[in-house]
Amino acid sequence: MSAYQNEDEVRSVERPAWSTKETSEGSQELRRRTDTPSDELGRESGAVLQMPDGRVLDPSQIDVDRPDDETMIINMGPQHPSTHGVLRLMLELDGEVVLRTKPVIGYLHTGMEKTAEELTYVQGSTNVTRMDYLSQMHNEAVFSLATEALLGVDIPDRATWIRTLMLELNRMGSHLMWMATNGMDLGSTSMMIYGFREREMVMSFFEKTTGLRFNNNYIRPGGVAADLPDGWEDDVLVICDTVLERSYEYDDLLTGQPIFRERTEAVGGLTAEEALALSVTGPLLRSTGVPWDLRRTMPYLAYDKLDFDVIVGTYGDNFDRYSIRLNEIRESAKMLRQLVEGMPSGDYRVQDAKVTPPPRARIDSSMEALIHHFKIFTEGFKVPEGEVYCAIESPRGELGCYLASDGGAKPYRMHIRGPSFVNLQVLPLLLRGGLLSDAVAVISSVDPVMGEVDR
Amino acid sequence: MTDLAIRALDGVPTTTGPMVDQIAFPERTAYKALVESLKGSGFEMCSDLCGIDYLDHMTRSLPDGVTPERFEVVVNLLSLSAKRRVRIRVQVPETAPVVDSLFEVYPGTEAMEREAFDLFGIQFTGHPDLSRILMPEEWEGHPLRKDYGSGRIPVQFKEAPGPR
Repeated sequence: MSAYQNEDEVRSVERPAWSTKETSEGSQELRRRTDTPSDELGRESGAVLQMPDGRVLDPSQIDVDRPDDETMIINMGPQHPSTHGVLRLMLELDGEVVLRTKPVIGYLHTGMEKTAEELTYVQGSTNVTRMDYLSQMHNEAVFSLATEALLGVDIPDRATWIRTLMLELNRMGSHLMWMATNGMDLGSTSMMIYGFREREMVMSFFEKTTGLRFNNNYIRPGGVAADLPDGWEDDVLVICDTVLERSYEYDDLLTGQPIFRERTEAVGGLTAEEALALSVTGPLLRSTGVPWDLRRTMPYLAYDKLDFDVIVGTYGDNFDRYSIRLNEIRESAKMLRQLVEGMPSGDYRVQDAKVTPPPRARIDSSMEALIHHFKIFTEGFKVPEGEVYCAIESPRGELGCYLASDGGAKPYRMHIRGPSFVNLQVLPLLLRGGLLSDAVAVISSVDPVMGEVDR
Repeated sequence: MTDLAIRALDGVPTTTGPMVDQIAFPERTAYKALVESLKGSGFEMCSDLCGIDYLDHMTRSLPDGVTPERFEVVVNLLSLSAKRRVRIRVQVPETAPVVDSLFEVYPGTEAMEREAFDLFGIQFTGHPDLSRILMPEEWEGHPLRKDYGSGRIPVQFKEAPGPR
């Protein structure tokens, strides 16, 4: 029995007329050409921007009068196995050639940004870690960095280095997972097994360190939740050695394989101008030859102390994106070795009584410590008024967190700039003029994680 | 900041903050022109655009000459060449939540503006397809507004079957 007897009454309660009058703003779906305004048509056909070299697709040039029996609108997803979750694409096809594309998203929307306004900063990282579930640590890190920027606390070196270590392990795991699913999408089921096998090592290390494989809630405002376990150096080095060695086996399996090359080379081409105009970041942007990696260009955490290469491509096609991710796995292994060697000693979280709970041992003997512990976990800590946008390089691109505080213990507004959400906008452009069978490969090479797209 | 960017921000109230070079507060009418001139002065990418509802926090600190309104549209621009960020916060009144769309300047704001429309009800004039993006298309109300109580409304499912 619902608490609401009359649903209509509840919905219209205290809602002034101007706030509801614009609710029906038209269809989310792809409509017939004759029913679609020309600028929307241009958008769905991958028109980007009026650029000096005139590469742009002018919406007025699209053949609107094309009869409907020549083209066909089909639906791909949201349950399609190659859409990596619940991405739904509506495609207009002429035979096998894609003319227009419209991604329809929101199937995994759970209002996490609204939830974040109900949770304290202490609880906030449990929420953000569920957004991009393949790079949980990055979500936690960006939220923590934004909170710390508002708080104005400095994090001990060891905490910073532990965070960097976990981020690089996570990047490695995420890219391995991408290699696995990309292989599967292109018909190489062995790659799927290998990718998952190697990623399992990273997952096991996460489980050993944080207690969980996913949704770790390990990186928190103020530092990390626990110190690294005994013998962590050996674990990390074994992961580096194994993954590095096996990454050369992937070369044999995929990189030099004629069928794989045929399906990836010159498929889904993107230029640097188009990528910048569409706010595309991460491996997609680097595949076009733009050396933009926030780890290098706007360093955060300990990245300015590490020696690594930013991998860039040339043609912006699927193969470039593949090689960038494969080589970033190797770069991560290189960084992990340096992190193991250079790991400083010290505290793994800031000893600021405002944000850090007292050590467990002290709670048994000290009343004040007990009260302090209780206060931090019930009320949380207050964050000074202000707003900040913090961005880091997640495996998928620029992961940003816009945090606004009104001086309370809960964020006034928390917005996550999900790289997958923004990168999905290139799909109409990448798919236009290509074959339907290549659509699967292109979606895979964009590497969307729907948890982050829909939040 | 480059000289061009400093000139573009001339006459606009600004502040600074952590992790950003300048925060500008243009008038709603001058917002699109400012973004265009910033793009011309080297800010190649619009990295983020989001809305925010300040209903419960109207007393926020703003520079002199800026009248607080209920909504704000927050735009984060990024210059790859100069490695700089600049943030633009434009005030949007409750009675007419309408601003210019940045789609013509940065086509990458398409999905972000749709999201801000969906969750806050801020309308963007000149946007090619201002439909809901995360919520179902027949949803009523804008969930991230502060007067939209969470948990107040029973969960709707699109074309859910009736009781059996």
